[in-house]
Amino acid sequence: MTEQAIPASPIEADLEVYGALKDKEPSKPPRSQWRDVWDQFRKHKGAVWGGGFLLFITLAVLLGPYLWTIEPTKLDIRNKNWRPIYTLIWDSGAVAGWAHPFGTDQLGRDILAQMIYGGRVSMAVGWSAMILALLIGTAVGVSAGYFKRADFILMRLTDLFLSLPILPLVLLAVTLFRQPLTKAFGSPEAGMFVLIVSVIALTSWMQTARIVRGDILALKEREFILAARSIGSTSGKIIRRHLLPNVVSPIMVSATLGLATAIITESALSFLGVGFPSDFPTWGKLLSDAVDRMQEYPERVLLPGILISLTVLSVNYLGDGLRDALDPRIRGR
Amino acid sequence: MLNFTIRRLLLSIPTLLFISLVIFMLLQLAPGDPMAQVPLTVPPEVKQKMREALGLGAPVHIQYIKWLQQFFIVEMQVLIDHLTANSFLFGWLPDTQFSMTTDAVTGTLVEKQRVISWQTRSPVMDIVIQRMPQTLWVVGLSYVVGILIAIPIGIYSAYRHYSMFDQAGTFVTMVGFSIPPFFTGPLLIVIFSVSLGWLPSIYDTTHVVTDWQSFKVQFMQMIMPVMVLALQTTAQISRYMRSAMLDNLNQDYVRTARAKGLKESVVVMVHVLRNSMIPVVTVIALGMPAIFGGAIITENVFKVNGIGQLLLTALFANDLPMVMTLTFIFAILIVLFNLIADILYGVLDPRIRYD
Repeated sequence: MTEQAIPASPIEADLEVYGALKDKEPSKPPRSQWRDVWDQFRKHKGAVWGGGFLLFITLAVLLGPYLWTIEPTKLDIRNKNWRPIYTLIWDSGAVAGWAHPFGTDQLGRDILAQMIYGGRVSMAVGWSAMILALLIGTAVGVSAGYFKRADFILMRLTDLFLSLPILPLVLLAVTLFRQPLTKAFGSPEAGMFVLIVSVIALTSWMQTARIVRGDILALKEREFILAARSIGSTSGKIIRRHLLPNVVSPIMVSATLGLATAIITESALSFLGVGFPSDFPTWGKLLSDAVDRMQEYPERVLLPGILISLTVLSVNYLGDGLRDALDPRIRGR
Repeated sequence: MLNFTIRRLLLSIPTLLFISLVIFMLLQLAPGDPMAQVPLTVPPEVKQKMREALGLGAPVHIQYIKWLQQFFIVEMQVLIDHLTANSFLFGWLPDTQFSMTTDAVTGTLVEKQRVISWQTRSPVMDIVIQRMPQTLWVVGLSYVVGILIAIPIGIYSAYRHYSMFDQAGTFVTMVGFSIPPFFTGPLLIVIFSVSLGWLPSIYDTTHVVTDWQSFKVQFMQMIMPVMVLALQTTAQISRYMRSAMLDNLNQDYVRTARAKGLKESVVVMVHVLRNSMIPVVTVIALGMPAIFGGAIITENVFKVNGIGQLLLTALFANDLPMVMTLTFIFAILIVLFNLIADILYGVLDPRIRYD
């Protein structure tokens, strides 16, 4: 404490004398924008946890198959209907063990391995569909909001897509194009992946487009755009430099919503029985297969259900934190 | 405003026509053959005649126009006849017979040809009208319940940003948004029907409300489907509400309103709320397709006898007339809600000039 009180240099001693008149500016080193964003993001506990969990799940499904080498489709009928390891805590007679920590299903397939493979599919579908939908949505929303001439056509198109009943359409498209795409991609899994990703993306970009358009319409009337135009900025520049940074936060919110929706839609398709082939595990399929025997083996519904919910929850929290962190009006409060 | 409303209303007609074309063309591409279930012993030339009788031999555009005529003219006439004859609201009007036509051979009055379901061999619209109320009750109630819960949560969460209530509210709505209906449904059934035995797990659509006791039964069986659907709506809308309120609370006009001495309740509930409702109204209307989609899953889980469940069975049974009619009815409902949202958008935000 006392060491800090001693002036380090003569200049500082001078400043102490005229302290009332002169600030010791800059008191802090200049900070970059992304540093501020990161600091604000860190304050949001839920977002940090969400990001961490998302990272954990992503790593688990990517590296999991190398660590847990049991094949998810391997039948082991002698060891069927194992309970998860934790049932041993209250029921020492339960059939469980470290060979299958999450238990096995009615055909003796290891549930942990199925979860890992199912997670791969769900995450891959979610990310690809979200990114695709976001690109389409932002492009349509910005052009419609900014260019008056394109607005009418693009918004009619968006209305059209919004008016299409999505789940029936998705169900229909999946049954329609299953065969041709399976042929085109060689395997039913690859064909189904492309089909589901494109169908989800094509039916979920409209929310982003409308929200972005609404914001751009309101922003366009503001003074700073008038100022930018009056100094001769081109439309492309106005969009890139002035409009897009201002709509990043709604895009982020709808990106997280999009990822969540994509994962849920894929699981819902599997739940209704029209998703990936029946021997191909996904979280939704594991859940729907287990619903019939839910009273005897509740963990088989709970585990995939909790995983879907936790993943979506962490994505949503991540988005919430990003939203606050990216908004300069909230940042630093 | 009236001008704008009328223009939007007229614009929805081509939209609907185009959607109907899309649905029609998609189903034309469907691989399932309506004649697939005819026994193999039927000779090919007889099959060909059956095909022609079904109208499958005609060119695509003729089929499309015939379907439109059937949907918009004949079914409407049947509906009007039904309303003037039986309904409570229009029953006092003289009975009409628009849908009747004179038979060329016998000269007697017969009903015009209707759209027939391939599954049940009865008119599609009759089944749809039977199934519609269940869906509309469940979906409508869940939407109303969801909005009524969501808006106050959103307002208060934003007003007390990062407070205890905000954290808890955000957490609960996040959890609600994250748990898919096909997980909450079975979960609630196991907890409330199997373990506790409080609520019935299956929605009995034949139940008629006559007195207090039967109303209670109806109420009990509606709780779970409505709450499962409402959970999603609540979560989504309160998230947007909070987001929009946060955006507006830091605007200059709020500071101005406070500076000129307005009461805090007026600032928040009038100035900020009205501006925050702009994106939220859109989200409320846009949530409609999702809620109908969610209804398909919820109806499946709780065995509600509604149009979502009907659509699913029709799709699996390759019942094309039924699928077409139902998808189009969904589209009509959605176009209607988008129209309402557009008009409200114009009312709420005069900055957006529709000229």
